[in-house]
Amino acid sequence: MGEDILSSEPLQLPESVLMAGARDGDGAAFGELVRRHMRRAYFAALGLTGSHEDALDLSQEAFARALGASRRLDPERPFYPWLYGILRRLCLNHLRDGRARAAKMEVAGSWLVDEARDRAAAAGPDRAAEREELRRRLANAIEELSPVQREALVLREFEGLRYAEIATLLQIPEGTVMSRLYAARKALAAALGDQL
Amino acid sequence: MDRLDRTKELLMRALDEELSPQERTELDRLLADDPTLRAERERLGRLKEVTGEMKLRNPPEELWDDYWNSAYSRLERGVGWLLVSFGVIVVGGWATWQFVTELIADTEMPPLIKAGILAGSLGLVILTVSVLRQRMFVRKTDPYKDIVR
Repeated sequence: MGEDILSSEPLQLPESVLMAGARDGDGAAFGELVRRHMRRAYFAALGLTGSHEDALDLSQEAFARALGASRRLDPERPFYPWLYGILRRLCLNHLRDGRARAAKMEVAGSWLVDEARDRAAAAGPDRAAEREELRRRLANAIEELSPVQREALVLREFEGLRYAEIATLLQIPEGTVMSRLYAARKALAAALGDQL
Repeated sequence: MDRLDRTKELLMRALDEELSPQERTELDRLLADDPTLRAERERLGRLKEVTGEMKLRNPPEELWDDYWNSAYSRLERGVGWLLVSFGVIVVGGWATWQFVTELIADTEMPPLIKAGILAGSLGLVILTVSVLRQRMFVRKTDPYKDIVR
């Protein structure tokens, strides 16, 4: 597979072909893999870190490391779970070593958007303020979750993955996925208190 | 699996619409017998509604145009820094070794001056390493480093 094929019809090539090309040093093939998965990787990192800057930084770093390790790509397996393995290690290390603290002060929950805010605004300023307070408290409560609970919640609620998909991505049993989700939701419900 | 874990699982599956018909029957039976569980189910259901209406904020669309170029530049810079560091360590180490051996071999310089030069050089190295280490520590832990004044 060569760059001519890629430059003519990159969108129609199956992922396995791109992965084989990337493994053999075809930069255009790897670039196309990045284009296909950059949004998902960015949002996964945003859900985990709660910071636009960190999400951009860590997701790009994950792609850069993936390129560095591209000789280990297996075209028989999907690309994203492999990339996600790199990305989640970067994000969890980032959260654990305290680098997220400064960013957290900077963003103050602004990474989360309330899709019902227009409806709340139409119901009056009191309702809008109440809804904004709910969004802010929810964002703060998610930031306080343990990294693995937060990850399970983000994959389920914001990526919309099913349990089996989360279990495959994280390489854990489905029971552990549910257990983490339960703990995360209990903590969020407790944090939101009478606003629920 | 103990009863509590099973109940948690059924609650989660119900919230996320992953219950089988048999599991739904099992959960309904548990809910009918346990008012506390019913209250928890309702509360978690309300939470699910709230989280279902929240989304992750979209970045500016222009971000995607330069996304891969930025990531690739990061990789290039990483390789560049690695090579520069390697070169500095090798050349610096060699130069230091040459300086020390020539200083020791110099028969005309008084021993006290030699000792002074060696002590001064060693002190400079220790101070440099100490300052660098302190700066790296502050950079890693300073909670205000990202705040733009």
